[in-house]
Amino acid sequence: MAAPDPQASMVQEAVDRLLAEHPPSATEPKEFWGAQFDAGLAWVDFPKGDGGLGVSPRYREYVTRRLTEAGAPTWNRTANILGIGMGAGVLAAHGTPEQRARWLRPMFTMDEIWCQLFSEPGAGSDLAGLSTRAVRDGEEWIVNGQKVWTTLAHLSKWGLLVTRTDPDQPKHLGLTYFVVDMEAEGVDVRPLYQITGEAEFNEVFFDDVRIPDSQRIDEVGAGWRVSMTTLMNERVAIGGNTVARGTGAIAAAVSTWKDSGSGDVATRRELVRLWGEVEAMRLTALRASENMKAGTPGPEGSTGKLAWADLNKEVTSFTVSMLGMDGATIPEGYTLEPTTYDTREEERVMSPQRHFLRARANSIEGGTSEIMRNILGERVLGLPGEPRVDKDLPWKEVPRG
Amino acid sequence: MADTVTFLRSEEQTMLASALRDMLGDMVDMDRIRDASLTTAAIDRDVWKAIADMGLVGLTMSSAHGGADSPFTDLAVVFEELGRHVVPVPLLSSVMAAAALEKGGTEAQKAEFLPSIASGSSVATVAFFEDAHGSPDHPLTTATQEAGGWRIAGTKRFVTDAIHADLFVVSADTGDGIGVFVIPAGEGVSVTPIPALDATRPLGELALDAIVPSHLRLTGADGSGIVQRACDVGVVAIAQEQVGGAIRCLEMSVEYAQSRYQFGRAIGSFQAVKHRCADMLVALEHARSVAWHAGATLDDPDEAAIMVPLAKTVCSDAFLKIAGDTIQIHGGIGFTWEHDAHLYLKRAKADSLLLGSVGSHRDRLGDALGISLGSVRRSSESTRASAP
Repeated sequence: MAAPDPQASMVQEAVDRLLAEHPPSATEPKEFWGAQFDAGLAWVDFPKGDGGLGVSPRYREYVTRRLTEAGAPTWNRTANILGIGMGAGVLAAHGTPEQRARWLRPMFTMDEIWCQLFSEPGAGSDLAGLSTRAVRDGEEWIVNGQKVWTTLAHLSKWGLLVTRTDPDQPKHLGLTYFVVDMEAEGVDVRPLYQITGEAEFNEVFFDDVRIPDSQRIDEVGAGWRVSMTTLMNERVAIGGNTVARGTGAIAAAVSTWKDSGSGDVATRRELVRLWGEVEAMRLTALRASENMKAGTPGPEGSTGKLAWADLNKEVTSFTVSMLGMDGATIPEGYTLEPTTYDTREEERVMSPQRHFLRARANSIEGGTSEIMRNILGERVLGLPGEPRVDKDLPWKEVPRG
Repeated sequence: MADTVTFLRSEEQTMLASALRDMLGDMVDMDRIRDASLTTAAIDRDVWKAIADMGLVGLTMSSAHGGADSPFTDLAVVFEELGRHVVPVPLLSSVMAAAALEKGGTEAQKAEFLPSIASGSSVATVAFFEDAHGSPDHPLTTATQEAGGWRIAGTKRFVTDAIHADLFVVSADTGDGIGVFVIPAGEGVSVTPIPALDATRPLGELALDAIVPSHLRLTGADGSGIVQRACDVGVVAIAQEQVGGAIRCLEMSVEYAQSRYQFGRAIGSFQAVKHRCADMLVALEHARSVAWHAGATLDDPDEAAIMVPLAKTVCSDAFLKIAGDTIQIHGGIGFTWEHDAHLYLKRAKADSLLLGSVGSHRDRLGDALGISLGSVRRSSESTRASAP
């Protein structure tokens, strides 16, 4: 950090003081996070009092690095990712001072876990077509409908909820965004079992759930804009991770080759080809992150999700194939029965077969590969969009099914 | 070291790229390249003179020998811009020959040959390959010591720019490892052009029966190390050219998909076309990262052992896919002689095969990673062996 920059020295001093007054080795995580929030080092770019110091967001990385080096707990960012990674950004951009004061601190200290209630059975890629209804009743709203693919819903206190408030408007215009109390009457959270037998996600049913108008985010009808902020923050929170060479799924493929491979030339070349594709993707992520930091982002920042989804499916499938006929069996200790409920990843019995099955979701979750290709084609390459038949129709007249 | 290497271009590199792009945009005439592709001796002398005058041939060479002491990534910028235009200049050949001399030449040899290569007044090339599937590690060309020097006898093939070369860097079996010799064009060296799929990179066959004075054997490093270094430099230079070619192909494809209308719509609005373009972009961005990192780490032996074959495989696959998709997106017009697309497809295919095929580099990468045929623990065999 260059000394003459007043923002830099302010951040540096705040970090020094936090670490001196709350040595990570002698401080409970919750207490440390509270102190970190009060020091303005939760999201340094947020205003003072809201967990920030009002400096440039480029100091976020510096703070994380310093805290990591000092052995401070930073796992709240992943454990409460939908709050700290996405909800916080939404509140910063669209929330009232009262809303930020109520929600940001307990979010950061993990006293309150957050989830995101966007997708519906009838609204996946076409999120703006969603049909969960919110109807105004005095100072409250009454919500009815169903959300799906909700991570952490069963552990959450708060949910980021987008609803339809005006079915007579075209789909993007009739949406309104709320924060909903997941413990409120009429909220029913059920595990959603997936093809691996696990339930990483939930279905959430709303039956006459009442939400105070004070928990509405931004204007009535501004729900799409707020949702876009959420999804932009989602990309920042999920993307941008750079990993070490040869780790993850490709490491499992290489060890499977060594332990159980057939040893033939064609299989080896295919394995090396995949290793190379994964490494090319990894180097591209490094390049993207460097360009991002330098303020010169390019198309390399947008290819990662699509490339990763396709490659991870390919690598995990190839790994099972390398097992030969053993790949057609289920290893001891592993079960596909839908009996587990959101077991933590590190506690599950893993197998190449499980990774192969789980990877099928990679090209669906967080934007399908078809949508990602549309984004690359239209926003990055500048190709024209598809004609849209539903754009100007009132939502209630758009065909659904 | 590898993780501290940057992917960012310096300001000078960005300026160099833009100056070259402007210059080549003005100078290169694709119709002339198309015509040249019907010959076996393509060379754009105007471009060659211009880049030599800019000091680009000797960019990475030592300033003691007329070079500019620049990092390889500066040269990578040049290759990328040349690759956009599939322009026939013997830069790859001269750079590989110079790399061999820098690696294996004595001070006297470097002083004798490098300045004229750096200035572009001599064209140099390497003659390492013979059999279509052979590796450069086992030359059949022989070097026998005789009175007056070494007798070099044999036939080299796939020699780039042979027809234009003043100097050949030749590998031969001395009976005691590989010897590398600098042989001037002339007596005992007979060049026959080989019609090339990508005629913008002319190929030749070299029939050798020459007596080469002893002082023309490169003795500063072992022969196989010299050949390896020159080939590594060549692979990474081609990788960057492949990136340049792929960039141009994707540009052409997107422009066409925006302006070509069928069924009352720009064809780029159809997902079948749009998604193909998106996949081309992913392949291009991956190739770009790999080529650049390979260039930036070329002097780190551990990293180069992985990055050179990675650059060969990833950039070859990407360019070939993108050049092929470019023809598909253009439809019928893309299949015509008058369109540029075929120049890139031919370049892409040839690039994937020269200096060792993609497959052979995949094997090399596997070896570097310890993913070897011998590394498999055959559990079935041990089970069988222990069965009663």
